[in-house]
Amino acid sequence: MLGVSELTVRYGTETALDRANLVVGDRSVHVLMGPSGSGKSTMLRAIAGLEPPESGDITWNGTSVLGVPVHRRGFGLMFQDYALFPHRSVAGNVAFGLRMQDIDRHTINERVDDVLELVGLPGYGDRSVGTLSGGESQRVALARTLAPRPRLVLLDEPLGALDRSLRERLLIEMRSIFTRVEATVLYVTHDREEAFTIADQVAIIRNGHIVADDVPEGLWHHPPDAWVARFIGLENLCTSSGLARLGLRPPSARWTAGVVPPEAITMSATGERSAIVAGSHFRGGTYRVELDIGSDNLLVFWSTTGVDAGSEQRFDVDPDQVRWFAG
Amino acid sequence: MRSRRSLLLLATVPIAYLAYFYVYPLTTILLTGLVPNGRVAVSSFVDIVTNPAVRSVAWFTLWQAVLSTVLTVLLGLPGAYVFARYRFPGRSLLRSLTLVPFVLPTIVVGVAFLAVLGPGSPLGLDLRGTIWAILIAHVFYNLSIIIRGVGVFWEQIDPRIEEAARTLGAGRLRVFREVTLPLLRPAILSSAALVFLFAFTSFGVILVLGDLRHTTLEVEIWRQATAFLRLDLAAALAVLQLVAISAILVLYGRARNREAAELPLRPPGEVARRPRTIGEWALVAGTLTMLLVIVATPLAMLIGRSLSTPDGIGIIHYTNLINPPGAFTVFVSPLEAIRNSVGFALPAVVIAGGIGLLSATVVVSGRGRGGGTFDTMLMLPLGTSAVTIGFGFLVALDRPFDLRSSLLLIPIAHSLVAIPFVVRSTVPVMEAVQHRLREAALVLGATPRRAWREVDLPLVTRALAVGALFAFAISIGEFGATSFIVRPSTTTIPIAIFRLLGRPGAFGEAMAMAVVLMAITAIAALGIEGIRGKHSGGV
Repeated sequence: MLGVSELTVRYGTETALDRANLVVGDRSVHVLMGPSGSGKSTMLRAIAGLEPPESGDITWNGTSVLGVPVHRRGFGLMFQDYALFPHRSVAGNVAFGLRMQDIDRHTINERVDDVLELVGLPGYGDRSVGTLSGGESQRVALARTLAPRPRLVLLDEPLGALDRSLRERLLIEMRSIFTRVEATVLYVTHDREEAFTIADQVAIIRNGHIVADDVPEGLWHHPPDAWVARFIGLENLCTSSGLARLGLRPPSARWTAGVVPPEAITMSATGERSAIVAGSHFRGGTYRVELDIGSDNLLVFWSTTGVDAGSEQRFDVDPDQVRWFAG
Repeated sequence: MRSRRSLLLLATVPIAYLAYFYVYPLTTILLTGLVPNGRVAVSSFVDIVTNPAVRSVAWFTLWQAVLSTVLTVLLGLPGAYVFARYRFPGRSLLRSLTLVPFVLPTIVVGVAFLAVLGPGSPLGLDLRGTIWAILIAHVFYNLSIIIRGVGVFWEQIDPRIEEAARTLGAGRLRVFREVTLPLLRPAILSSAALVFLFAFTSFGVILVLGDLRHTTLEVEIWRQATAFLRLDLAAALAVLQLVAISAILVLYGRARNREAAELPLRPPGEVARRPRTIGEWALVAGTLTMLLVIVATPLAMLIGRSLSTPDGIGIIHYTNLINPPGAFTVFVSPLEAIRNSVGFALPAVVIAGGIGLLSATVVVSGRGRGGGTFDTMLMLPLGTSAVTIGFGFLVALDRPFDLRSSLLLIPIAHSLVAIPFVVRSTVPVMEAVQHRLREAALVLGATPRRAWREVDLPLVTRALAVGALFAFAISIGEFGATSFIVRPSTTTIPIAIFRLLGRPGAFGEAMAMAVVLMAITAIAALGIEGIRGKHSGGV
């Protein structure tokens, strides 16, 4: 189990990490998500031992690893641009970490073959890394990281350099690889779909702070504040004044925003509330209907029947499902 | 990350080396030129440099450089355009071929043009001693600077900018004048400044082709110091030369800075396409033919004339190098000259490699801690003419230790020219290793020492091999500095070629020797391309 407590890292006068806390449980995939410049890569580098923290602690099973140099930590780090060794073949890259452990050559060769098989590149051992495509380089980098069986796998935007369709395919493959090798993973990304697809637990980092840390469903249903709700892409985040016009009032005045889950909205001719339809789009099977409730607030919900844009529509909202936020 | 103290310790060796063998000789020249007899004598300096003979040399140096530059730019631009904008069979091979003249030693260039335009020319013209021979040789030597320097930039200019101008009603010529040319101007200026620098400090070419009827400052420094023993006059000329070069380098630096203007640049290679119309094919074919004629003619004729004997084609000139008839020994036999050159090149490579590697380590580890300043300092010898370096050795290195009779003097002079090349070829690799690959190795469990051995060393070794081959090629062809400090017994290949040219009847042998030098240089250049070509991805 990895523990990060009150970790602060500064570059000159700039604070990259500000008393950040994080716990990664054994055999779980923990995603660290945040906008660019939020400190997520710094967190990985600090855990790997590549950035000296100014204060705070990093522990493994309760024991501090701050005094342990990079090469003894047993944490694997996969770099965003892969950092493959250009002077070694694919097998030479994958074997590197094993050779550092002084394992006999026969075992190394077997392990290299196994790991290349695991990432879907059997027989690639003799290839030069200069001849690999983007997706193949990514797999080799992953194989190189996994080969020495690190107790913790750190991944820095491992799919960032690839195009969308390849990303989706590799993401699912990676998830099943992690399950198979029972890896403990800290996975950095800025992409929400990527995070929700692969994560057992998602931590959100903002300006060097961890601002949320929950299972994906918990984060989705109970984001701690409006910024997180917006960042993970929740729909129907409206201002309190906009919702007040529908008769929806927050339990206290300090809640200034609210999310109305699409499933809380039902269309009905006898509905208590009404609004103008801003748009209605067929999305295969259902219609995505947008209601304009004023003050630049849109309410989106799904309907089995289409409605005319510009018409007035009556509907009901289940007030118990509305989630309120401060800020 | 190295500590500041160990960094300073590492820096001491290169700094001490450059201080003793570069700064000290240069200062001695300045003192000899400006403070003769222990008194500041600016007036005598002014007297010397305003003397009519000196004025005419300075004037000739300037205008031949201007003319050489203008001609090189005019002939180079079509080549830059064709290589930047069109794809055609043999493109990369032809582009590499245009680089050949630039890697040749200047003495070989001089002799090659003597073969074309000198006495007994197959073209029937003897232009030796005329400005034309000098200008043509300068164009030949510098053409690749324009083709590369401007071409690389041209390759990245979005053609849609020009297409937009066309749709707005501008004709082809108008587009070139009002859109393309202004966009290219910084690249043309900085490349032209380099051509000007090389033409201004030209030594081997002028000495061979100018036949001492035309002399530049560079040649005059050599002649005054070695033939007339007028050290004061030579020093004054060297000061003048230093001032002029500094001015050119400042202009070059300014042009380089402007090159990074805010242009929407496209990745190179995206823009080039196959010629479509007959007109485009004609333009490409015409330009390539012109380049081929300029580049290939002198080299082919040099080889041809080295093989032509009174009795038809034969290798008598080559066998004469091995068993020279009495008239053809130039203090030493030509074979000994080859042995000397190799014997000097090896220590030059070791010194340049060692000092260069130390310097590169300091530059990379010292980024943001004065490493940049150190980097600039290391490049200074590049902007100093070879003759000035040789002259500095001649006037300075007798005190405090008399090194002028040391066998190491020639390799040391060569290493000064070569160190910047070693630094330039190793620094980028070391930087890449430093930042990402070392970290990758550490994370995979390599100790810092092991990471150095398994990652830094093999990668840097390759870059160092490139630098060493550069140093070898530079040393083997170096003429300007060597001509000051050479002794009869230490005659090198370029010096032997020059002396053979002065022997009646040894013309063919001079050509044969030049071909030998060209071949050695070509092998080194091929080695550089070979090492660079492999694994060019990644690092």
